[in-house]
Amino acid sequence: MKLQTILSLGVLGAAMIAGSASAEVRDIRIGVDVPYEPMEYRTPDGELTGFDIDLGNALCAEIGIECEWVVQGWDGIIPGLMARKYDAIMSSMTINEQRREQVLFSDPYITPPSAWFAPADVEIGTPSEESLEGLTLGVQRGTLQDNYVTDLYGDVAEVNRYATADDMVLDMDSGRLDAVFLDFPIGKSTLLDSEAGDYKLVGEMITEPQEYFGEGFGIAFRQRDQELAEAFNEALATLRENGTYDEIHERYFGKE
Amino acid sequence: MEALLAQLEAQLADNSIFTLQTLSYYGEGLVTTVQLVFLSLIIGLVAAVPLAIGRGSRRRWVKMPIFLYTYVFRGTPLLVQLYLIYYGVVFVEGIQESWLWVILEKPFVPALIAFTLNTAAYTTEIFHGAIKATPRGEIEAARAYGMSRALMLRRIVLPSAFRRALPAYGNEVIFMLHASAIASVVTIMDLTGAARFVYARFYAPFEAFLFVAAIYLCLTFAILYLFRYLERRLLAHLKPASG
Repeated sequence: MKLQTILSLGVLGAAMIAGSASAEVRDIRIGVDVPYEPMEYRTPDGELTGFDIDLGNALCAEIGIECEWVVQGWDGIIPGLMARKYDAIMSSMTINEQRREQVLFSDPYITPPSAWFAPADVEIGTPSEESLEGLTLGVQRGTLQDNYVTDLYGDVAEVNRYATADDMVLDMDSGRLDAVFLDFPIGKSTLLDSEAGDYKLVGEMITEPQEYFGEGFGIAFRQRDQELAEAFNEALATLRENGTYDEIHERYFGKE
Repeated sequence: MEALLAQLEAQLADNSIFTLQTLSYYGEGLVTTVQLVFLSLIIGLVAAVPLAIGRGSRRRWVKMPIFLYTYVFRGTPLLVQLYLIYYGVVFVEGIQESWLWVILEKPFVPALIAFTLNTAAYTTEIFHGAIKATPRGEIEAARAYGMSRALMLRRIVLPSAFRRALPAYGNEVIFMLHASAIASVVTIMDLTGAARFVYARFYAPFEAFLFVAAIYLCLTFAILYLFRYLERRLLAHLKPASG
């Protein structure tokens, strides 16, 4: 019995080594954690969809490989990559130094935008020091949005800081806030979609400057898969040029 | 003042967290906390005296509502009361259009109401206990003098009850100071709010909260000292006679 187990493990191991040594640019599997609407989620009939999924599929098509999506919880998503359960992670992962020590990132493929939201009846022009002067603004405490609003408008407007986004939405419902600054996807699903008509987007989506908004999301690979990462970077550049990227972006985030 | 600021700035030069900017957040937070706690304690104290007298009344229709009030406010967490008052008022139909909204829109007044109601409930029970503990002999003596009930209350019962309540009330003041730390959940930038802000800004929880803890300690010392002074003055007659 014991011998058998060892033997079968040995065979399995040999197969794995053989598998990893083959083909240079091969079909790959991509790890993703769902749901994180609208980046990656399931449609009611169970189909995977979202910005990451559509862009990932387009990238694979561009490179000319087959991609299979593997759903993996967030906690174990990097260990899963190391354990070869999949070969890449495309799951709204923000590029940062700590992660860079473990994985190899592609070029950022999106910088998640933040945006201003206000009750439909509040008249605010394009957000600026003049248009926000004297207003009460809401942010979630300790977020990049908090830092941004405090630094840019803390002197001219009153900034209310909330423990959760829910408290903030509640206070805007009650009329205590003139505008809130949120991650665009959260604002869209909690304010624009679920309370349709009561709230509106104010001004453009904001992704700059980088010191507040970070480098953006990247696709993660194992450190040794340089060629794979380069193939994705090239494909990403092509998709940005030929308009495919904009088309997918527009599908989930509306017109710029 | 200018020279003092310049000197302070020089001393803070190699410190990335405690700049004049963040110290001013702490300063404003200190003012807010002291205002909030002081006002709620004063109003609560004034309200608690008649409530404590009523709480000991023989008439059920006076006694029961007061008991119910203290029971509810002592039996639920202050945080819950604050949430209910701050977010709850909004559900009152038409409140946004009424004059009340002017004062309830900002978080300060809702927080003040919650803190006042809470401390008044505790103080009522403290005073009620002290009044009940008035020695029978003092009351009988007052009656023997032919004092009316009101006069007896004013001259005999309340003065001695306040003295007896002093140590317990000192505790309540300190509790209130510390309980006020939850004000930041309704966006008030009190001391704790300032500490949270600094923490989130610099990812430095220890520095931010140790500093604010030191400020709370100083405030607590001030309160302790005040009450010790009051006790020495007002409870002098209880001290053992020195030989």
